[in-house]
Amino acid sequence: MIDLFADLVLLTDSTIRTATPLVLAGLAGLCAERAGVVDIGLEGKMLAAAFAAASAAAVTGSAWVGLGAGLVTSLLFAVLHGYVSISQRGNQVVSGMAINILVAGLAPTLAGAWFHLGGQTPLLGDEARFAALDWPFADAVADVPVLGALYSEIISGHNAITYMTVAVVPLVAWMLYKTRFGLRLRAVGENPEAVDTAGISVTRLRYQAVMIGGLLCGLAGTVLSTGLGAGFIRDMSAGKGYLALAAMIFGRWKPVPTLLACLLFGFVDALQGRLQGESLPLIGEIPVQFTMMLPYVLTVLILAGFAGRMVAPKASGIPYEKDH
Amino acid sequence: MKNFFGRAVIGFAASAVIAFAAAAADFTPVVLYDVGGKFDKSFNEAAHVGAEAFKKETGGEYRDFEPTNETQYEQALKRFARRNADLVIAVGVGYSVAVRKVAEEFPNVKFTIIDGNVDLPNVQSITFKENEGSFLVGMIAAMKTETGQIGFIGGMDIPLIRRFEEGYRQGANYVRSDLSFIENYVGTTASAWNDPIKAAELAKSQYARGVDIIFAAAGPSGLGVIQAAKDKDRLTIGVDSNQNHVAPGHVLTSMLKRVDLAVQAAMTDAKNGTWKAGHRVMGLAEGGVDYAVDENNAALITAEMKTRLDEARAKIVSGEIVVDDAEGANSAH
Repeated sequence: MIDLFADLVLLTDSTIRTATPLVLAGLAGLCAERAGVVDIGLEGKMLAAAFAAASAAAVTGSAWVGLGAGLVTSLLFAVLHGYVSISQRGNQVVSGMAINILVAGLAPTLAGAWFHLGGQTPLLGDEARFAALDWPFADAVADVPVLGALYSEIISGHNAITYMTVAVVPLVAWMLYKTRFGLRLRAVGENPEAVDTAGISVTRLRYQAVMIGGLLCGLAGTVLSTGLGAGFIRDMSAGKGYLALAAMIFGRWKPVPTLLACLLFGFVDALQGRLQGESLPLIGEIPVQFTMMLPYVLTVLILAGFAGRMVAPKASGIPYEKDH
Repeated sequence: MKNFFGRAVIGFAASAVIAFAAAAADFTPVVLYDVGGKFDKSFNEAAHVGAEAFKKETGGEYRDFEPTNETQYEQALKRFARRNADLVIAVGVGYSVAVRKVAEEFPNVKFTIIDGNVDLPNVQSITFKENEGSFLVGMIAAMKTETGQIGFIGGMDIPLIRRFEEGYRQGANYVRSDLSFIENYVGTTASAWNDPIKAAELAKSQYARGVDIIFAAAGPSGLGVIQAAKDKDRLTIGVDSNQNHVAPGHVLTSMLKRVDLAVQAAMTDAKNGTWKAGHRVMGLAEGGVDYAVDENNAALITAEMKTRLDEARAKIVSGEIVVDDAEGANSAH
């Protein structure tokens, strides 16, 4: 029983860390898609932000400068995506994919040219990263049964960006559902003609939504290279952008369900690490390949039926043209 | 006018002869790294160090090439083979298929492949007994652990990495039999080498479950394990190159794979005309693998530990201890 509880605490702790970039990227995709712009470039923007944050942090020695660089870089790519898909009415999937491919090649090439470490950035010291923050008395209460473990393992000991993420989720939900801007943002993704008729600029609203997404993606990338990791490594986003996209769809384009979907993916990922090499009763030891499949099998199952019908914002993916 | 042409032709011919003579005199081997790049602090960097050592010792030049993706392997091999390079060294098991193909096409060019095994008359294959080196670091882990639990984190789940794990386990069990092991693999595709975040997460999970020393054979992902060791104030063991300096005090030792010696030896042999095709295996006896001790970890490895390690080393070299191996570790995949 104690073992099971300890394992659960560990898994939860790991889930929170693993889910942080997913939640941020998922919300980024959500903001863009609720405004009618499909954003498949989450992966690329995250990777670009991870690279920029790690480079800036390595050069200046400050994690906060890294965060700034990550946000600005991701924002620039978001504006580029906006320019192609909103102003030029290009295909949104193609534009997003182009960003993914561009960054996957560009980031290691620049890293190689600047730092001469074979496509990596230097390892960051503690002052240049968002290290784990220990809350007051975390060590003192660690031995208190149940509550002590909950406090010291799960609540305390995460990095600053993870705590920011906890605040970002209600903030995005509030923005979408309780503000005039959010109402318009949702409207522009369902029925841009109506918004336009009301005299509100569709282009402007969509740019704003894509840029909010860019900032969230920047935060997701920064946490990868300066919070969870300690430097940029080629392809370090490892498909998290696509997983976030799946979580957003599973969460039906709503902030809280998206958060839960990301936590579920994070949990399965943590569980698969825990199950490796364990023997289960009756089954015996599970091969590594099988446990590694779990998150993907889950994704397919969820998207293929268990989650029911998913209705995307009506105007999602369709460029708005004023004169039909 | 005619005279001018005549002179020009003679001039060309002369310069061609000079150029040819120069080419024959200047032995210039070529090193092709794998996609990790030559400054990866690990495997490729060791090859680079070996080539530099050759340059320093003999004063000869060498050329090198860093591919940006795996599709360039064959193209690069062909390009240097067509120019009749004196020796083409391909670093990494990933080159196996390409080397086989190109070596068949250019039977007069000498190829050396590191980590792969290609059985052709003009190819020298150099592989390492990583299991023997891992045996020694497994012993170190077993002698050092306070919790009686040690861990292993592999990159991609392939036979070559299973070989590290085999040796590590056997070495640890040689010291004491009451240890418990936790092993994890980062993934089953090539992206597993570049996922330090996942590796760090696995390491944190192992540390939280009572492991106090983790041996990471995971390429760049291993940096995530070292980071986790630093954050959680535990120990880890580096791999390939000496990684003790990455986090002094937290890297117990590193399992060295002397790719530098292999590259330098291949170049020097080819220059002296003693280069031979065939399969060359570098284990403890040949100095191909070892554990690293330097100023960063000197305090962690006691004299008593060294004595036991030296005994075991002698037994492995003499054949008294046979370290288990994983099958198919050096075949192409």
